[in-house]
Amino acid sequence: MEKKFLSLEFVDKTFPLPNGKEYVAVKDVNLQIKKNEIVSIIGHSGCGKSTLLNLIAGLDTVSSGGVFLNNKEVNGPGPDRAVVFQNHSLLPWLTVFQNIEMAVKKVMPELSKKEVQERVDMFVDMVNLTHARDKYPGEISGGMKQRVGIARALSIRPEVLLMDEPFGALDSLTRANLQEHLMRIQQNVKNTVIIITHDIDEAVLLSDRVVMMTNGPKATIGEILEVDLPHPRNRVELQNDKEYIRCREAILSFLYEKFAKEHE
Amino acid sequence: MKRESYKKIVLPLIVFFIIVGIWSSIAQNVNNFPTPMDTFTHAFGGTTSDGDEIIGVLSDPFYVENEDDKGVFWQIVNSLQRVFSGFFLAVIIGVPVGLAIGMSKNFQLALEPYIQIFKPVSPLAWLPLLLFVFQDINTTAISTIFVTSIWPIIINTALGVKSVNEDYLNVAKVLRFTPLEKVRKIILPVAVPYIFTGMRLSLGIAWLVIVAAEMLTGGIGIGFWIWDEYNNLNYYNIIIGIIIVGLVGYILDVIMGKIADYFDYRKRA
Repeated sequence: MEKKFLSLEFVDKTFPLPNGKEYVAVKDVNLQIKKNEIVSIIGHSGCGKSTLLNLIAGLDTVSSGGVFLNNKEVNGPGPDRAVVFQNHSLLPWLTVFQNIEMAVKKVMPELSKKEVQERVDMFVDMVNLTHARDKYPGEISGGMKQRVGIARALSIRPEVLLMDEPFGALDSLTRANLQEHLMRIQQNVKNTVIIITHDIDEAVLLSDRVVMMTNGPKATIGEILEVDLPHPRNRVELQNDKEYIRCREAILSFLYEKFAKEHE
Repeated sequence: MKRESYKKIVLPLIVFFIIVGIWSSIAQNVNNFPTPMDTFTHAFGGTTSDGDEIIGVLSDPFYVENEDDKGVFWQIVNSLQRVFSGFFLAVIIGVPVGLAIGMSKNFQLALEPYIQIFKPVSPLAWLPLLLFVFQDINTTAISTIFVTSIWPIIINTALGVKSVNEDYLNVAKVLRFTPLEKVRKIILPVAVPYIFTGMRLSLGIAWLVIVAAEMLTGGIGIGFWIWDEYNNLNYYNIIIGIIIVGLVGYILDVIMGKIADYFDYRKRA
């Protein structure tokens, strides 16, 4: 029996509707996540997967049940649960360096000016952006912005890295490139990562476990799939790997047979 | 590109001749209406069509005869002092009020009706009340500018705060920014360009108001000067006054625009 690291227990989330009724977004979600584990949460749009991430991040509060990190209940956002937002959310008036610096300075006030600078530069380098260090977000590509977002999130030494469809807005080549980036970073520094995605290949490629959500309202966890593939993974070699194919098919059948979404 | 810059000079020049043409025909048909040539002479000095030797309004704008008789430069300086006093007062009070409205729904609900009611009130309606309260020309002019130019600052500041992207605020939440850090590092950088837009509109209103206010309060200032020239039957100088007021207003707007661009992160390369 492992010590509980991150745990969601009987989590419900309801939203009030303008007509006075309530919308039950997620219901009875129970999930245990181990330290240094990479977990993907996948489901059709409107299945409450982003809601779940916001609850873990503390940007939204649970209606009942609880989210626990190291046995302490989460009640509000904090730097121990860094978020990589879907649309990068870099501050456009700060350079790449300054965006990360702002986070480091705030979360680690004990660092000297020089230490802050070294730390920021280390994370800029980790996502291969040293050449764009002093550029503004408006001057770099979408993929680069998302890399800055990842660097900023990792620079504050989070317990959990939460990624809300981090590569969703990018073209497929850039997306693959960023997945490689993330896997390489993960080889060097183990992080606990939760990725919200609707991309089956991304889920299998990156994760140790894939959590499949049923459709909303009252969405909950339908199945959890263990991806039994060693790291580091190579996307080309995996294409013919039996385990990879099994995982893909399991998710496909869940999403398109058991919980197929009616045409919208 | 070259063609464009050529147009920039030629097209306004064509309109200039059209204006002078219309002006001349009005001068021919209305008794005592100043002709363009005579107005020019009254501005810069020389001999008029009647053969009078004239010292132009602009040939010595810096003269000081006595407290009540000063050159046109000093009239403008006086007006600008009032404008900027009222304007700065409006900024000092308008920006914090705008920030409060933008950040708090309660503030917005409490103040919005009054902003909507007082915003459209003409400065000329405020003037008698303020004159009665302060019994002083200068304070009345400044406070009239204050009450009429504060609204665009409040409205635009609040708009700027509201346009802060939800994602930026989430970043602030995850990093656990204090309310002060949130204002300083997230809200102000977004709101500042809006605040400057409000200030630019506000300064424009202030400059409009001062001319009317000074006509009624009298004493000194470019508005009073124009009214005084009307009473002295110097119609040439009214037209010169209008052009001066227009030019000064234009210069103020350009300067405010430059300052606004400087503080706008979107305009930085």
